[in-house]
Amino acid sequence: MIATRIVCAMAVCSVVTIRIAAQGVPVVPTIIRPATATRAAGTDGFLQRWLILEPIAVSGQLTDSAVRTTVSRDYFPGQLTAVAQNGDAVTVDGKPLQWHAVDTTNYNVNLFHFAAGLKKSTSNVLFWIVTVVRAQQDMPDIRLAIGSNAASVWWLNGAELITLFNDRQTVIDDGVSRRTMLKKGVNVIRAAVINAGGATDFCARFLDANARPITGLTIDLAAAR
Amino acid sequence: MRTTLACAAAALLLVASVRALDGDFGMHDPSTIVRDGSRYYVYSTGAGLPVFVSDDGWTWKRAGSVMASMPGGKPRPDVVARGGNNTWAPDVMKVGDRYFLYYSAPGTQPKSAIGLLVGKTLDPQAPDYGWNDAGPVVWSDGVEDSNAIDPGVFRDPTNGSLWLTYGSYFGYIRLVELDPTSGLRRDLRRAPINIAINGEASIVIFRDGWYYLLVTHGSCCAGTNSTYSIRMGRARKVNGPYVDRSGVDMLQGGGSLFLGSSGRFVGAGHFGLLDLGDGVQKFSCHFEADLERGGISVLDIRPLLWRDGWPVAGDNVTAGTYRLESVRTGTALELAVEGVPVGGPRGGGRRGGGAGRGGGTGRGDAAPPSPIPAQDAAQVAANWPTGPLDARMAPYLLQAQQKWSLTPVANAGGYPGSPYLRISVAGTERSLAATADGELAVDSTFSGAPEQLWRIDQLADGSYRLMPKAVPGRSTPMALSAIGGSSPTLERIDANTDRQRWLLRTP
Repeated sequence: MIATRIVCAMAVCSVVTIRIAAQGVPVVPTIIRPATATRAAGTDGFLQRWLILEPIAVSGQLTDSAVRTTVSRDYFPGQLTAVAQNGDAVTVDGKPLQWHAVDTTNYNVNLFHFAAGLKKSTSNVLFWIVTVVRAQQDMPDIRLAIGSNAASVWWLNGAELITLFNDRQTVIDDGVSRRTMLKKGVNVIRAAVINAGGATDFCARFLDANARPITGLTIDLAAAR
Repeated sequence: MRTTLACAAAALLLVASVRALDGDFGMHDPSTIVRDGSRYYVYSTGAGLPVFVSDDGWTWKRAGSVMASMPGGKPRPDVVARGGNNTWAPDVMKVGDRYFLYYSAPGTQPKSAIGLLVGKTLDPQAPDYGWNDAGPVVWSDGVEDSNAIDPGVFRDPTNGSLWLTYGSYFGYIRLVELDPTSGLRRDLRRAPINIAINGEASIVIFRDGWYYLLVTHGSCCAGTNSTYSIRMGRARKVNGPYVDRSGVDMLQGGGSLFLGSSGRFVGAGHFGLLDLGDGVQKFSCHFEADLERGGISVLDIRPLLWRDGWPVAGDNVTAGTYRLESVRTGTALELAVEGVPVGGPRGGGRRGGGAGRGGGTGRGDAAPPSPIPAQDAAQVAANWPTGPLDARMAPYLLQAQQKWSLTPVANAGGYPGSPYLRISVAGTERSLAATADGELAVDSTFSGAPEQLWRIDQLADGSYRLMPKAVPGRSTPMALSAIGGSSPTLERIDANTDRQRWLLRTP
């Protein structure tokens, strides 16, 4: 009972953690509301603060062409350009969907926890996610490295960098972009993650020219506005 | 019938061999291959000690003989007096800024001698080319239990000491210490150490605290009837005892097989280490008979692997169709197109259950399921986009875009032991290429451009490193790297990362 109260005090409740708590296992919520204005990338370089739009119902097909079709549709204005703020809403297929700023306590962001906590569907859904990082200087020859469950498409500053198709689990550095550059100042990372069924999550970080995680980045969701 | 013919063609492709080497590589008793500048050199038995040179380790050409630059075209009189007028089976090593070339000068065996030549360069065109005859190093008098031919020189990496092994069948393989300054014996009063019997063409190499003695057993010089084979033992000290894998001392006839006859080659002998750096070791040897060349004796270069503390003879890549599996990720390189399942029932949803789970047909009948034919590009490639596409990696599902043909490319040069290879999606012209930004693409056609030519070196653990001959706009060699589970790229060579280790598997 105590565990349930703790979990529901968070910005996003997780029905999964509540159920586990009832079985006597310690609750470890992974999705929490950001408590600071900015956040540094984790010790392994993972980006642990994101804006996530409530899930959009889609077919859940995960082949190359199906994912392309799903992601290429215009769902809401500025879906590839705008950076929302926590609480902003968009309308998709006549339904209002809200953006949520979240921190994850893990290296990955558990979209199942996110959606289930909002009592939204976790199957056959599309998640739009965005984060903003500040770089102290131009950083050439870096790579965006992600893992996702399931398929996903990723953009850095408007340029598509990574596509992962088919049903898959989140594996650290599964999809790694070609060499690219983080520019000094504000950089926007955006992705569409499509889940068919079961668990869904993602992780993301940047790697340097020697494939080592980059840790000196600051996540500032307000920086792009 | 069509299926049968296709399978037969595939089998032929799989067994088609890459030739040993190209150019002038007919020789006997080759020395260790040594690199001087950008070229490789090897010396062999023959009148005046023939010289062979190669720009890339694949194509060789004859470049005269060592003795042509010597007074009278033959060894110093004291060498001839100790041994004889023949010039056989040399070995060469760079020590400091000079090359020491040891050669056999047998008379009526076992009366023989080993002489030393000292030079500043191996390049016969260099202005400072020339050999100084330092005279005899060791010899056998024709009565003692030794036949002083077949020198093998060894520099001990633990202390810099220099050693020479020699001998051939009459009695013992012997070891003497050399003076690294002069190349001659360090102390004539110290008797040679007997370390093996029943062999010739001995040489010592070192790795991870072990000294390995490679010798050649069997009979040479009988063409396809030669029983030559390279044998080995190891010791914790350079002077032995050298014991084979079965625990038999090589002084008592021991010697585990390293390499014998196989494929189109008969009779392996005269091991030489060729350490190319960056984790790539190869070895040279000669085969008594190359069936592709009418049974003449030829030089060969092959990968040197290590397993359980013992050297293992690898094989150069042969033409065929493979899946290219990353050691790091276990995923396979593929053309980035939408895959088509190869067939069969696929019920049960995304978790792999349903009708196919447990092996049932899902039809409830008694008829055995029909075989599913192998998928090739002809079945599915019509739906692939045209033009250059990406390469990526994915779990291997036996699909056409995941099968790669490796094909030697004629007249495009090569590297030690192999010509450059083309890597194409099997059954298509779509060829893996390096791009100007140091990444990968699959070009729609094969042009033979350097960025489409691939060097495939087998590493010590048996995996392979794949490198394009050239990356446009870059001078640093780069290797195919599984930087992500689904993402290949090119990176600077790193011998210590699994990202650059690949397995060539049967598709």
